[in-house]
Amino acid sequence: MTKTCTFTLDGKTIPFEEGETIMEAASAAGVYIPHLCHHPEFKPHGSCKLCTVNIGGRLGAACTNRAADGMKVESETEALNADRRALTQMLFVEGNHICPSCEKSGNCQLQAVAYHLGMMTPHFTHFYPARDIDASHPDVLIERNRCILCELCVRASRDVDGKNVFGIGGRGIKSRLIVNSASGRLADTNMSVTDRAAEVCPTGAILRKRHGFTVPIGKRLYDHQSIAEVPVAGMKEPRRD
Amino acid sequence: MTEQPITIEPKKLRVATCSLAGCFGCHMSLLDIDEKLFDLLKVVEFDRSPITDIKHCGPCDIGIVEGGVCNAENVHVLKEFRKNCKVLVAMGACAITGGVPALRNNVDLWDCYQEVYHYGIGLENGQIPNDPELPLPFDRVHPINEVVRIDYFLPGCPPSADAIWKFLTDLAAGREPKLDYDMVHYD
Amino acid sequence: MIEPDVCDLPGIVERWGKDPANMVQILRDVQESCGTIPSDTLDQLARLLGVPRVRIEATASFYHFFHAESHGAYEILFSDNIIDHMAGKEALKAYLCERLWLEPRKLSEDGLVYVDDTADIGLADQAPSMLVNGHAVPSLDQTRLDLVAELIRAKKPLADWPPMLFEIPDNIRLAGPLTGDPFAPGAALQATLARGSDATLAELDAANLRGRGGAGFKTATKWASCRKAEGEAHYVVCNADEGEPGTFKDRVLLNSHADLVFEGMTVCARVIGAKQGLIYLRGEYKNLLEKLQSVLARRREKGLLGNSILGEAGVDFDIEIHLGAGAYICGEESALIESLEGKPGKPRNRPPFPDRCGYRNQPTVVNNVETFACAARIAERGGAAFAALGTPQSTGSKLISVSGDCERPGIYEVPFGVTVQQILIDCGAEDAHAVQVSGPSGTCISYREFDRRIAFEDLPTAGAFMVFSRERDMFEVARNFTHFFAHESCGFCTPCRVGTSLLRNTMDKLAAGKGSAYDMNEMKNIMHILRGMAHCGLGHTAANPVVQTMEKFPDAYERRLKKLDFEPAFDLDGALQTARLITGRDDEWAHLAND
Repeated sequence: MTKTCTFTLDGKTIPFEEGETIMEAASAAGVYIPHLCHHPEFKPHGSCKLCTVNIGGRLGAACTNRAADGMKVESETEALNADRRALTQMLFVEGNHICPSCEKSGNCQLQAVAYHLGMMTPHFTHFYPARDIDASHPDVLIERNRCILCELCVRASRDVDGKNVFGIGGRGIKSRLIVNSASGRLADTNMSVTDRAAEVCPTGAILRKRHGFTVPIGKRLYDHQSIAEVPVAGMKEPRRD
Repeated sequence: MTEQPITIEPKKLRVATCSLAGCFGCHMSLLDIDEKLFDLLKVVEFDRSPITDIKHCGPCDIGIVEGGVCNAENVHVLKEFRKNCKVLVAMGACAITGGVPALRNNVDLWDCYQEVYHYGIGLENGQIPNDPELPLPFDRVHPINEVVRIDYFLPGCPPSADAIWKFLTDLAAGREPKLDYDMVHYD
Repeated sequence: MIEPDVCDLPGIVERWGKDPANMVQILRDVQESCGTIPSDTLDQLARLLGVPRVRIEATASFYHFFHAESHGAYEILFSDNIIDHMAGKEALKAYLCERLWLEPRKLSEDGLVYVDDTADIGLADQAPSMLVNGHAVPSLDQTRLDLVAELIRAKKPLADWPPMLFEIPDNIRLAGPLTGDPFAPGAALQATLARGSDATLAELDAANLRGRGGAGFKTATKWASCRKAEGEAHYVVCNADEGEPGTFKDRVLLNSHADLVFEGMTVCARVIGAKQGLIYLRGEYKNLLEKLQSVLARRREKGLLGNSILGEAGVDFDIEIHLGAGAYICGEESALIESLEGKPGKPRNRPPFPDRCGYRNQPTVVNNVETFACAARIAERGGAAFAALGTPQSTGSKLISVSGDCERPGIYEVPFGVTVQQILIDCGAEDAHAVQVSGPSGTCISYREFDRRIAFEDLPTAGAFMVFSRERDMFEVARNFTHFFAHESCGFCTPCRVGTSLLRNTMDKLAAGKGSAYDMNEMKNIMHILRGMAHCGLGHTAANPVVQTMEKFPDAYERRLKKLDFEPAFDLDGALQTARLITGRDDEWAHLAND
């Protein structure tokens, strides 16, 4: 099926089908727009705001704004990337992201987006929030210090696994990942290690146990390759063995 | 008397380094520059540094700080560096984010003291010391940019020798340091 | 106080039609009868309603008024707007805490009382004020707090407290077409039925009525678009979540002119073809609930609501009242709809807008209380009469909620186009130095701009008008507002969730005398991110108070800057205090000069 409508993204002509978002059309055309909460398998969320683009003079999230014929979109500009870098820095200082001690390091999308955007420092004053780790489940670990509230696990559990294991509780800066049990423990939910929700986390907040550090440094997903260059930008999962 | 041609040795950049709340891993990585250290020494000379054992930092062109700020002494050293160095560089994860030492940030300081001086393995009748010689710890570990203004950040745990080499030679040549994708990592 | 075991969960669930969409209402009722929302209640609710517990917990933990731990028999929440502070709120709160032997944010030893703050409760004209178990008590002073303390110590049930404590005058200082003219219930509806829906829309269009919530979207366009939209049902929603600090005009309209509002909703229902209406009343206005229910009952008796309205077959419409639970963000229309559907109040991705996809994903008109009141007047008197007042772009009158440093705080119904100066003269504010128009998310104007006009083309407003005299510190005004936004950010998007907290922390740093030019720059950067990247209006405007006061009152900032260059992000010496206490050290090396 040929796409008849087009818009321009940084001057490049992007074809799209009626109803497609800017993000979907750009991905299909092989153009990367930085993002974290977006995943092609799930309903657009629009919360991380990293994919903010300039749509004919107005700023909007590429993952939630639909493409329109003749639309002019700017993404790879100095100014937008500076703002995206600031958002990434906000995500870093809001949690406790200590890469050297994280199993996801090298395969982490938050880290990879930060590399892509040239982030050399989290810059803002760290919050160092008190967050907990839930190791109760035999096969899956929750490390809330690394949660960026993208709700991919919430969507995966609800829409793919049909389980509703995850949710977001609280409000504002006190928002937190919650699970579907009275005890608040993952072990008391019906979470299974084979759930889609177990593997969709872009950071090291939800991890399969006993799989940490299995890939040596130098061989990890983003060690030599920018997230922009990984096929289907950022969506390929790290190799599992 | 025949006149000798005058060759002007380019003035060497004076560099100071220190490790605050770090593990000296970044300094080890600096030494990992190996034989290129000789090339480096053609353009830089070291002031205060674990390499020279000079105790106080004098006027310098570049200050390189490893480690975060975890106690009062760290602040004195860091401020001395800021005062004396034209360009101050945060080197490594700890200086930039607090790093691994910052894992204690949500452990109560009293619990830390108890663990170290009262309940630690092999301790008997342990006492919490009050010697003024001991640096007094903060309730949290902070990255150095939360205490003084920092000019450049060189991430990594540690940054690779290649990254340090590239970074320093860029600075020495008066270029804005620019690292390839492979050279920037946070772990 | 009712004991927890009396909480009739199945009864509450039944009362709300066993519909998970009514979750906020169900949780309100649970808390009302149990005093808390205990964890095991969430499991029982999950079973009764057939929804996952995690979703109920998401809702229960989002709203400020819900809590899992006990707040005792008396929960006291002090209104925390800058106007309350100016009226001595902090000292009065300390006074009450002392009288009751307790600390704020900590349940009293005997488990009887809990004292905390809450965002502005819509009584800025009678500040300081507070909520006792959700019921508003205005015009606080020591005498009234003495009485409150006595009643609490005597463990008197709230129902037996002297009614005078809860009396809230309207304070209408200047009346106009909405607040001053008599209204015969049914008049607007009769005119609508006689004229027909098309002609009514045409009148609304001719009136050029624009939304009174502040955004100023043309009402006729919204109604026409919703009417055209296809759906299983159409809904009318009245936004009575008047949360913008300093605004209280909807409180007055609902208290004394509810018929006008309900009639406006019914006119809308007739035009768009809706059978059900909802009014989302902010939780802080719980004291109005009974009165509003009785107005609705009376209207049903008179055939102005229910089936076959005014005897016309097929004209069916009724209104249900939903109460909020302490979340400013629910004033944003899509967050309000989420809340009406029992979820945390987080703004949706738009488009689609509610006119096409609103409540229960059906076409929905969401309008402000005042907008519906105006619509009723237009239906009653015609568009031309309405447009005779105001300016061509901003027709009609506007209810202004005046508070702060003036002799006569209260409601002023003014024609659009009036100058700020005129309102200041009317309310007796000779010494005015600055006015915050339309609340923290609005515009701060200085004495140099008092000739500006209240109108969509100059100073658009939802109605707040907070007056600050020469003695007031405009930095503290802005700082209060940054605390407000950080508290009320829903947390959905990165820039607002993190940015509002960063902004608040930086303002606190400046307030502590530890700010520098570096911090000023940082705030400017954060503002830029908020304005460009945030998900909704809350985030877009959250930095306004800082931006504007920085620009208009630079002295208020500059005299706080300790150094021009850089100051540490935290209090160096203060951060050693814990270790000093543990080690017992107080030597020279146990301190750091904050130079």
